[in-house]
Amino acid sequence: MNGVFDLGGTDGLGPVENDHMSEAVFRAEWEKRVFPMFAQSARAGLFNVDQFRHGIEKMDPAEYLLSNYYEHWMHTIEHYAEVAGILDPADLEKRTQYYLENPDAPLPERETDTEIVEFVDWAVSNGFPANRESDKEARFSVGDEVVIGNESPYGHTRRARYIRGHRGVITAAHGTFLYPDTAGNGLGDCPEHLYTIKFTAAELWGPEAADPNGVNYFDVWEPYLTPVPATQGA
Amino acid sequence: MTANPTDTPLRTQEEIAARVKALESVLIEKGVVTTKAVDRLVEVYENEVGPQLGAKVVAKAWTDPEFKARLLADASAACRELGIGGLQGEEMVVVENTDTVQHVIVCTLCSCYPWPVLPPNWYKAPPFRARIVREPRKVLAEDFGYPLPDSVEIRVWDSSSELRYWVLPQRPAGSEHLSEEQLAELVTRDSMIGVGAPKPVVTEAAGA
Repeated sequence: MNGVFDLGGTDGLGPVENDHMSEAVFRAEWEKRVFPMFAQSARAGLFNVDQFRHGIEKMDPAEYLLSNYYEHWMHTIEHYAEVAGILDPADLEKRTQYYLENPDAPLPERETDTEIVEFVDWAVSNGFPANRESDKEARFSVGDEVVIGNESPYGHTRRARYIRGHRGVITAAHGTFLYPDTAGNGLGDCPEHLYTIKFTAAELWGPEAADPNGVNYFDVWEPYLTPVPATQGA
Repeated sequence: MTANPTDTPLRTQEEIAARVKALESVLIEKGVVTTKAVDRLVEVYENEVGPQLGAKVVAKAWTDPEFKARLLADASAACRELGIGGLQGEEMVVVENTDTVQHVIVCTLCSCYPWPVLPPNWYKAPPFRARIVREPRKVLAEDFGYPLPDSVEIRVWDSSSELRYWVLPQRPAGSEHLSEEQLAELVTRDSMIGVGAPKPVVTEAAGA
């Protein structure tokens, strides 16, 4: 989908806030409560990582820009808990009001589920690789010139606007990986070949605006690519 | 207009905290999360995982050419030799700065980063994600105080897939006598994103 989250090349957002506060992993106690919800909610089947991202992408654009990173996380977790039928927005508002008036009120009694703790320990050290076996043959190889297709699909995609329609060269071929354009839209892993594409800055931004010797790299899945049309010659 | 959420919050910190607590209470009741697991994850990412691990890898690469070759060939495998990896570090790619090439990492579509070398908060904020792909030289000079000569080629890596890029900065001049542990102390998080240099070597005999 086209949206404000697709920020590459957006002008007018002001300077990068680069202060000492940025060194803290978590800047508020509430951030510490949101961060761990991700792995556990994924374990519970509320979303995969691409769906998690897409939930953030669907935020109100003004709210997206004016809220911080972990508020984005809270938003998408709420969204998928509601989709799963385990969260009622009216109930969440009621509880929010209660905790606002009683900030020290305890959370509900929690069961000590050792399985979840074991899972998070396992997940932290092993992770979830996104490469997937496939017998699909690669249509492209390193050194090929390609053009990024111009499509603007609805739903989740990693086809950022700033690369669409532009021409680059494949610098690495990584094998097959789960495809966000299906995985993020609840349509399955559907592995596709993944490539790294090198663009000159001039190709992306025009020779006037670009750094004369700048280079941009972007990873794309095969369905985003089309061969460079053979227009040379008479 | 500003994209800095701390200037124009939509909700107060108290309101956000209350909403997070409300959400957590629901997820606890539904058996999705437990406190022990929440506490465990916070403990891991506050104390066990972080830029100190990336610094260790960089320092080893500076002192051990064979390790450096393995790191540049397959960063995840090389990091596993040191017990470093896991969540959001499954497919790491390390790119090496030289006298003529400066690499910079970003994620313009969300805020992906190799968690084993955690990012600072500005990395995830709209201004960095928006501008670094289009005017990297200006952002480095003006926002990070890191001007580079025009002769240096700036290569910006957008973490658009599950590959997690990070930068092997250049070893600081005059660091030949330092141990691996001392070298690791020079490696900053900014230098592994590519928006700054490692700390310079402080010579105790300066002025002598």
